[in-house]
Amino acid sequence: MEGALSPDSLPVFTSTGSAQRAHAQATGESQPVIRVEGLHKSYETPAGPFPVLKDVNLNIAPGEFVAVMGPSGSGKSTFMNILGCLDRPSAGHYELDGRSVAELSKDELALLRNRTIGFVFQGFNLLPRMSLEDNVALPLVYYGVKREERRARAREMLQKVGLGNYAKSPPNRISGGQQQRVAIARALVNQPRLILADEPTGKLDSHTGEEIMALFDELNREGITIVLVTHEADIARHARRQVRFLDGRIVHDGPTGHHEESA
Amino acid sequence: MLYAMLGEAWHAMGANRLRTFLTMLGMVIGVGAVVLMMAVGQGAQYAVSQSISSMGSNLFILISGSTTSGGVRSGSGGAPTLTVADADAIAELPGVQAVAPVHPGSTQMVYGPNNWSASTYGTTPDYLNVRSWAVVSGYPFSDSDLRSATRVALIGKTAAKNLFGDEDPVGKTIRVRQSPFVILGVLAAKGQSLDGRDQDDTLLIPLTTAQRKVYGTPFQGSVRMVMVQAESASVMPMVEKSMTSLLRQRHRLREGMDNDFFLRNLAAAADSAAETARTMSLLLGAIASVSLLVGGIGIMNIMLVSVTERTREIGIRLAIGSRERDILLQFLLEAIIISVVGCFIGLVLGVGGALLVNFLTEATVVISGSSVLVAFGVAASVGVFFGFYPARKAARLDPIEALRYQ
Repeated sequence: MEGALSPDSLPVFTSTGSAQRAHAQATGESQPVIRVEGLHKSYETPAGPFPVLKDVNLNIAPGEFVAVMGPSGSGKSTFMNILGCLDRPSAGHYELDGRSVAELSKDELALLRNRTIGFVFQGFNLLPRMSLEDNVALPLVYYGVKREERRARAREMLQKVGLGNYAKSPPNRISGGQQQRVAIARALVNQPRLILADEPTGKLDSHTGEEIMALFDELNREGITIVLVTHEADIARHARRQVRFLDGRIVHDGPTGHHEESA
Repeated sequence: MLYAMLGEAWHAMGANRLRTFLTMLGMVIGVGAVVLMMAVGQGAQYAVSQSISSMGSNLFILISGSTTSGGVRSGSGGAPTLTVADADAIAELPGVQAVAPVHPGSTQMVYGPNNWSASTYGTTPDYLNVRSWAVVSGYPFSDSDLRSATRVALIGKTAAKNLFGDEDPVGKTIRVRQSPFVILGVLAAKGQSLDGRDQDDTLLIPLTTAQRKVYGTPFQGSVRMVMVQAESASVMPMVEKSMTSLLRQRHRLREGMDNDFFLRNLAAAADSAAETARTMSLLLGAIASVSLLVGGIGIMNIMLVSVTERTREIGIRLAIGSRERDILLQFLLEAIIISVVGCFIGLVLGVGGALLVNFLTEATVVISGSSVLVAFGVAASVGVFFGFYPARKAARLDPIEALRYQ
């Protein structure tokens, strides 16, 4: 099921020496969507720089479904922010879709966030004053799409996540699971290559969480690359590859298997 | 995109109507105050220019010279140097509109049981032109009255009120220094002169009557005072010069001798009065501008609160791909809408207030298009100026910090 993109033979990493292997993993046929090499991130504190990410290496190929796991404070959120071009690394190299992010201007980063990446957050993050349709259409506003087309595409996306009848409702009229569907519709509206989801089921009950994950499964089948942060093993099982962070390093990178559940 | 942003700004403002309204109120009051104050200030300027022209516009006053007798100098008007013939000659000069010789004085007048003392000027019919003074009832005396020195008079409003009360003075006979005078007409009200005298406490009689029958003078044909009106303000220096040289010539004054008359130009007094009014109007404008400034600061204040409140929203927008300038534009647009709408309401209220002041009080109010435009322009730029800082603050937010903000 993993195929060539995520070979079964890949060993479990336990040290920083995994850099070359991670690299080797993705130098396969197609160009990776995400290529991270020697990534460091530290925050300035009064007591000096505090390292959050230490020499992280990771390649993610198109069409992969990756779960990023790890305890809080392990650096996985910071890593996701860097992947999402919301934050910049202190050192190291990050290529998104073949472009080195460090060389891009703020406006170009905004464009990447708009067109290449779709974000799904734990707290849904819909704008409360707007109708669902307007929420979904919001990325298109910054994309320069005309009003009629914005509306049509937003409706189409709401239809896709099963909320076509709620276009004019405000976000607070629908349930959490429905709100997350709307957020996914918003992430999809610009047809991104990559979806970054930060604990998308964290605020949902397990049943609703499963529904959301089913939606992600479907999107992944359509060819969209998905990177998902979670600490729930049940959720992570939907991914085909699991990456585990500990103390700012990747300590495990391998395909999803049943033996992972207890971890 | 701009359309979409306008819609969003509208929604954002609608989400907190009371706050938007209060913010706008600052602008409304500021603009309203500026418009109203400018209207009142300009009205004051207008009133001053009116009172100046009530004196008669472009006016010279010639006063005959002084005498010295045993070391005692009489002061101006003491010597009988100016004559009616001088006045006639001046009337021929180019640039001179009208000339009126005046014999000033004060008399006690009696009508029935009432008596009253008022300025009594002997003059010619032209005096009314020089002073731009109208006769509101009855009619003025004529040149033939002047020739035959008839006992007729025009009476000012104040003197008429004191002598006649509510009676109509026209056609009535009063006694002035025991001689009967027929009142031909009543003069229009002129109000106070610049130095505070009541110009309406006046009786005008023919010059010849004054000289022969009221005051008496040993120098027939001479006058104490001649009022000269120039055609326009621009010819006044020219008229002043030609008048001086004419009089020196007529009075046979040699080179080096002092003038035997005094020439006063009322333009200087008028200028200083107008200057006072201008200063006052400027002061009013400045005070009103302070309220406009306060309104602007109010906008900035609320926009800063709004940016803080909507930090998370800004984070979301940044995450889904808005550029810094999109955020900047969005918040700037809100500030501009608030200030422009506030401006407009303020404008309407200011003009309305000015009209109300005009209606309720006697104060003159002048609303000029330019002052309204200036107020509007200034207020709109105040909105942009004070809206910019909060908008920039919003645009510069760190997306991660903003997303984490609760």
